[in-house]
Amino acid sequence: MSKDDQILQEFTSKEYEHGWTVDLENDSAPPGLNEDIVRFISKKKEEPEWLLEWRLEAFRKWQDMEEPKWPNVSYPQINYQDIIYYSAPKQSAKPNSLDEVDPELRKTFEKLGISLEEQKRLTGVAVDAVIDSVSVATTFKEKLNELGIIFSSFSEAVKEHPELVRKYIGSVVPANDNYFAALNSAVFSDGSFCYIPKGVRCPMELSTYFRINAANTGQFERTLIVADEGSYVSYLEGCTAPMRDENQLHAAVVEIYAAKDAEVKYSTVQNWYPGDKDGKGGIYNFVTKRGICSGDNSKISWTQVETGSAITWKYPSCILKGDNSIGEFYSVAVTNNMQQADTGTKMIHIGKNTRSRIVSKGVSAGKSQNSYRGLVTVMKQAENARNFSQCDSLLMGDKCGAHTFPYIEVKNSSGLVEHEATTSKIGEDQIFYCNQRGIDTENAVALIVNGYAKEVLNQLPMEFAVEAQKLLALTLEGSVG
Amino acid sequence: MLKIENLEASIEGKKILKGINLEVKKGEVHAIMGPNGSGKSTLASVLAGREEYEVENGSVEYLGDDLLELSPEDRARAGVFLAFQYPVEIPGVSSTNFLKTAINEVRQYRGQEPLDAVSFLTHLKDKMKLVDIDQSLLSRPLNEGFSGGEKKRNEIFQMAVLEPRLSILDETDSGLDIDALKVVSNGVNQLKSSENATIVVTHYQRLLEYIVPDYVHVLYNGQIVKSGDKSLALELEEKGYDWIKGGSEVTA
Repeated sequence: MSKDDQILQEFTSKEYEHGWTVDLENDSAPPGLNEDIVRFISKKKEEPEWLLEWRLEAFRKWQDMEEPKWPNVSYPQINYQDIIYYSAPKQSAKPNSLDEVDPELRKTFEKLGISLEEQKRLTGVAVDAVIDSVSVATTFKEKLNELGIIFSSFSEAVKEHPELVRKYIGSVVPANDNYFAALNSAVFSDGSFCYIPKGVRCPMELSTYFRINAANTGQFERTLIVADEGSYVSYLEGCTAPMRDENQLHAAVVEIYAAKDAEVKYSTVQNWYPGDKDGKGGIYNFVTKRGICSGDNSKISWTQVETGSAITWKYPSCILKGDNSIGEFYSVAVTNNMQQADTGTKMIHIGKNTRSRIVSKGVSAGKSQNSYRGLVTVMKQAENARNFSQCDSLLMGDKCGAHTFPYIEVKNSSGLVEHEATTSKIGEDQIFYCNQRGIDTENAVALIVNGYAKEVLNQLPMEFAVEAQKLLALTLEGSVG
Repeated sequence: MLKIENLEASIEGKKILKGINLEVKKGEVHAIMGPNGSGKSTLASVLAGREEYEVENGSVEYLGDDLLELSPEDRARAGVFLAFQYPVEIPGVSSTNFLKTAINEVRQYRGQEPLDAVSFLTHLKDKMKLVDIDQSLLSRPLNEGFSGGEKKRNEIFQMAVLEPRLSILDETDSGLDIDALKVVSNGVNQLKSSENATIVVTHYQRLLEYIVPDYVHVLYNGQIVKSGDKSLALELEEKGYDWIKGGSEVTA
């Protein structure tokens, strides 16, 4: 009997006393959410008592909270008691070679320029690909270890570095921060933990490693990044390949802590299944991402390319507490068909001479709705704070919508806040001009949209920028003409 | 090369071209002149395949093919080039990137391999000299913030790069000072060969001092009302378009 099964059996026999059973065969919890489920998840993950308490506390708060209604999105009421909050990863039959993989999916991979090795990994092709990635991962891990960098799954970090996790978890996004963050705090499945020690510059994009290891982090993902004094890390989350998931509701939390002189660059490419042309079956993505520039001269930069999900609700934010700290937000959000996105950022200036920059590029096509929502706050003590925001919207066709909700609160008269916004349409003129030079309409749209989003795409790590460009084109395929 | 027969076209229900007949042979330069609103730019747009215009009648044969059957991009790939009267700005897309995409699409259509980076750059540099264009223009977003003269020069530069068979210059002289006009004309003249042809659409005779046409046609009220050699342009300049307007009323 494996260790997992042992614990499970012990646990379930105990739980039975409480009138609740677990199907051993399926190794998953029944639908619904209550304290017992939270306890079950924590137990499954062999968590220490303090973390269980933390989860329970979050759960209790969540029960008293209400789902936010202010986002500019609409979707059917979610029944939280219908959702299964724990289920062990399924061992589905693995294809033996890429030839057995759905040709449509392979076509998409090819259009995105994803390497064969990675295609194998993404589609779960067994054999040598797995061996390969394990060895590559090990090499990376050794290299990171030498520098004292901790990079592991969240569960692993809880076991191996409980003191660090305990110190920082919930320090940036408190468990009761908002409805979805509270839900995540109560039931988070897994995610990543990253710690960069003092003065260390992480020599590689953590993307590479991440993409090899963390394909199945589940619907309630939790990420914690701690950059100690004078350190630097560039972290990349997500994948340009279309991600399907049986779980419709996703509520992730990402916390970033930057100490004095530290810099964290966080890039996301989000391409969850957006649903079919009528919006059926798409993922609801409710994400809380926040970073704190805790020490002086620290910097946090968010870059996101959002093309997937039926509903996107996401505001990667920066709390600029340290003097001279810098927050940046670069975003491209593309919506097509019936997709709805309400995304933007918050920049909270607390320290002196803090600076923030917001560049948001929305692209709406089909019947989609795309909203930018941003808040810039300059607190009373934030002398000489500077913000520059630029929010552009690009419309394709006449059935989509673009909305901008900028909020500005300035409580210190030395603050300087600038906001620029433009709305434009892809003109027939532009497309015809391209056509007249021999470029067909599909490629013309790709060219124009990538030009429009260039300022943001330039912020992405090189290897990903190319894929992201192709992704934009692919997302908008067939949306004109 | 190009044979237009009884071409009628309208936009939003309004008839603009009312039966155009024109034949252009390899190696020829044709000028189309006429007062504002006579249909000059419409003719250029219809030949390039602009969708807002509806062809109601007539035929256009280009290198043995039915031009009107081809999509705008296929016309371009088959060698029809339109130098726009108002070149369009495409923010964030550099001229280099734009031309690279264009030239490779054209090459693919013609069954040629895409150009590698070095050959592409050599090709660009060659053509830059023709229109005296500065290399810095190539890395700037296409037409964005270009002066009027830079835009027009850039059109001719694109024409040079794409090496079309039939070039249509739509009011390329408008908004150009005399120096820019000379540069642009010089470029066009150098690109002339026995294998290609040019249609110059213009309001003024001035441009034709530099790009000397083999034939001049006067378009008025959707029809070619007068054709002749380059002396016709001079005559027009002297007598003004009223001369034609009056004449056409008599013949009508």
